[in-house]
Amino acid sequence: MSAFLDISYITKTYGAKSGPVTVVREFNLRVNRGEFIALIGHSGCGKSTVLSMVAGLQAPTTGAIILDGKEVTDAGPDRGVVFQSPCLLPWRTAYENVALGVDQVFFTSSRADRRAIVEYYLSVVGLADSMHKRPAELSQGMRQRVGIARAFALSPKMLLLDEPFGMLDSLTRFELQGVLLDLWQRDRTTALMVTHDVDEALFLADRVVMMTNGPEAGVGEILEVDFPRPRDRGTLLEDPHFYELRENLIGFLNERSHRKPVAGPPPSLVAAGYA
Amino acid sequence: MNEASNALPSLRSRLDALAVAGVRNLGIPLVAIAIFVGAWSLAARTIQVSFGSLPGPAAVATEIGHLWQDHQAERAREQAFYERQAERKKAFLEKNPAGEWKERKYAGRPTFFDQIGTSLKTVFTGFVIASLIAVPLGVLCGLSKTFNLAVNPFVQLFKPVSPLAWLPIVMILVSALYNPAHPLFEKAFLSSAITVALCSLWPTLINTALGVSSIDQDYLNVARVLRLGWFAKVWKIVLPASLPLIFTGLRLSLGVGWMVLIAAEMLAQNPGLGKFVWDMFQNGSSQTLAQIEVAVLVIGLIGFALDRAMLALQRAVSFGSQAR
Repeated sequence: MSAFLDISYITKTYGAKSGPVTVVREFNLRVNRGEFIALIGHSGCGKSTVLSMVAGLQAPTTGAIILDGKEVTDAGPDRGVVFQSPCLLPWRTAYENVALGVDQVFFTSSRADRRAIVEYYLSVVGLADSMHKRPAELSQGMRQRVGIARAFALSPKMLLLDEPFGMLDSLTRFELQGVLLDLWQRDRTTALMVTHDVDEALFLADRVVMMTNGPEAGVGEILEVDFPRPRDRGTLLEDPHFYELRENLIGFLNERSHRKPVAGPPPSLVAAGYA
Repeated sequence: MNEASNALPSLRSRLDALAVAGVRNLGIPLVAIAIFVGAWSLAARTIQVSFGSLPGPAAVATEIGHLWQDHQAERAREQAFYERQAERKKAFLEKNPAGEWKERKYAGRPTFFDQIGTSLKTVFTGFVIASLIAVPLGVLCGLSKTFNLAVNPFVQLFKPVSPLAWLPIVMILVSALYNPAHPLFEKAFLSSAITVALCSLWPTLINTALGVSSIDQDYLNVARVLRLGWFAKVWKIVLPASLPLIFTGLRLSLGVGWMVLIAAEMLAQNPGLGKFVWDMFQNGSSQTLAQIEVAVLVIGLIGFALDRAMLALQRAVSFGSQAR
C-alpha cells in the first residue's frame, strides 16, 4: 500500500549572496490517509519550509512530493492551508473571506448550497454571530477561527497548518485546539501541522515528527502518540504515559536535535513500518 | 454623593482639555487669517497699480456681491427669454398649426458662477480620462517588472512636462481629429480636459504601480491556493489590496488636474475660471483686479474642497490595519 502523502528526499536550497544555503536536506516522510502529523522542531529549522513545499507555494530543489498518487507541482485548493497569521482579506467580511474559496471550488453548486457551506463552517468554529464582521472588528482568536473555517470549508484532501495558534494567548490556544480537533474528528482529513508546542503536538497528533536543527535539517525521530480518540485534555493530563512522551519530546528538542540524522534507511520509514 | 463629586472634577478637567484643544485648533488659524487680512488691506492702501490702488479685502467682498448680482440678473434675462419664446411659439402654432417651430437657445454670456461649473465639468472629465488610463496601466506596471521597465522611461520623460507645452499639441490634434457633424463637446473643452488628463495621470499611475507591487505576499498566496484566474486575482485581491494607494494617487492627480486646468483654460479659451481670469486681465476695468482676486480665492477653496472629498474617499477604502 502506498502512502497518501509521500515526501521523498526533498532538499531545499536558497541562493544567498554568501553562497547557497540548504535549509532542508533529504527530508523523508510518509503519511497515511486520515493521519494527523505534527512536525516539531526548533524555530528556524525549516519545518515551515517543508509545509509550504507540500502546499505547493515553494518548489523543492530536489526530491518530490506525491499526494494521493499525484506529484505536487503547484498550490491548489485540494490542500487547505491555515497560516500562522490568518491573513484574511481585510476588505472582506468573515463570511466573504470563506465564500471566496467556496465559490471558487464549488462553482457547480447552487448559490444556496454554497451559502449553506460557508454558514455551516463559520458556525461550527463559533462565529455564527460574527459572520458579517470585517477582520479588523474581530479578535486575533476569532480571525484564526475564520482561517480554520476557510480551510475546512473547501473539503480539502489534506490540511496544512503552519503554527496556527502560535500568535494566540494560551487560553485562546486551548480553545482553538478544541475547535480544530472537533472539526477534524468529523471527517478525519489527513493533516500536517507545524508547531513548536510539545503539549499541542501530543494532544492533536497521531505521530510527532521531530526535526533536527537547521541548516540541512531532516527528520530526527518519530514518536507514535497512541491515545484513543476522541481525546480529552483532562484525561490526557492525568495519564502518566502522556508525561513519558512529553519527556521524550523535550529530551529530543533539548539534546538529540543537534545531531545530524543517522545514515541508512530514513527513520521515517522505520517508524512507519515500511523498512 | 462622594463618588459623584469625585467624578465631576475629572469630567470637568476633561472638558477643559477639550475646550483648550478646540480653542487652539480653531483659534490659531483664525488669528493667522486675521493677520493675513490685515496685511492685505495695508498693502492694498499703499500699493498703487496702473488703474488705482490694489483691491483690498473689502473690495473683494463687494465684488463677490456684484458677481452674484450679475449671475442673478443673467438668470432672470434667460428666464425672460424662454418665456418670450414660449409665447411666440404659442402664437406661431395658433396661426399655422402645421408649421415647424425652431427652438432657440439663450445665447447670453456665461457668468462667474457658470464658469465655475464649466471648470468643474472640465476637470472631472480630464480626471476621469486620466484615471481610466492610469489605473489599468499602473496595475500592469505593478504586476509585471517587464511592463514596468517598458513604461518607466515615458513616465520619467513626460511627468515633468508643463501643461502649457502640451496644450498647443493637444489643440492641433483635437482640431485635426475631432470634426463631427454635430459636436457633442466644444473643442476648447476637449483640449483643456485632455491636457488636464495628460498632466494629472502620473501620480495615479505611479501610486497604483507601487500599491500593486507592494501587496502582501500572503494575499497573493491566498489567490494561488485557490487557483484564482488572472482577472479574478486582479479584481478580487490585487485591486482591493492596493485601493488605499490608488486613492492616494487619485487624490494627488485631482489636485494637479485642478491646478493645470486654470492654465489650460486660459490658453484654450475654454469658458471656465481660467478664461474668466484671462478676460478680466484683458479688459482692464477698475473692478478687474478685485474680480481676479475673487477668482483666486474661489479656485483655492474649490481645490481645498476637492482634496477633502478625495481624502474622505481614501479613508473609506482603507480597511483595518491599513487605516491611517
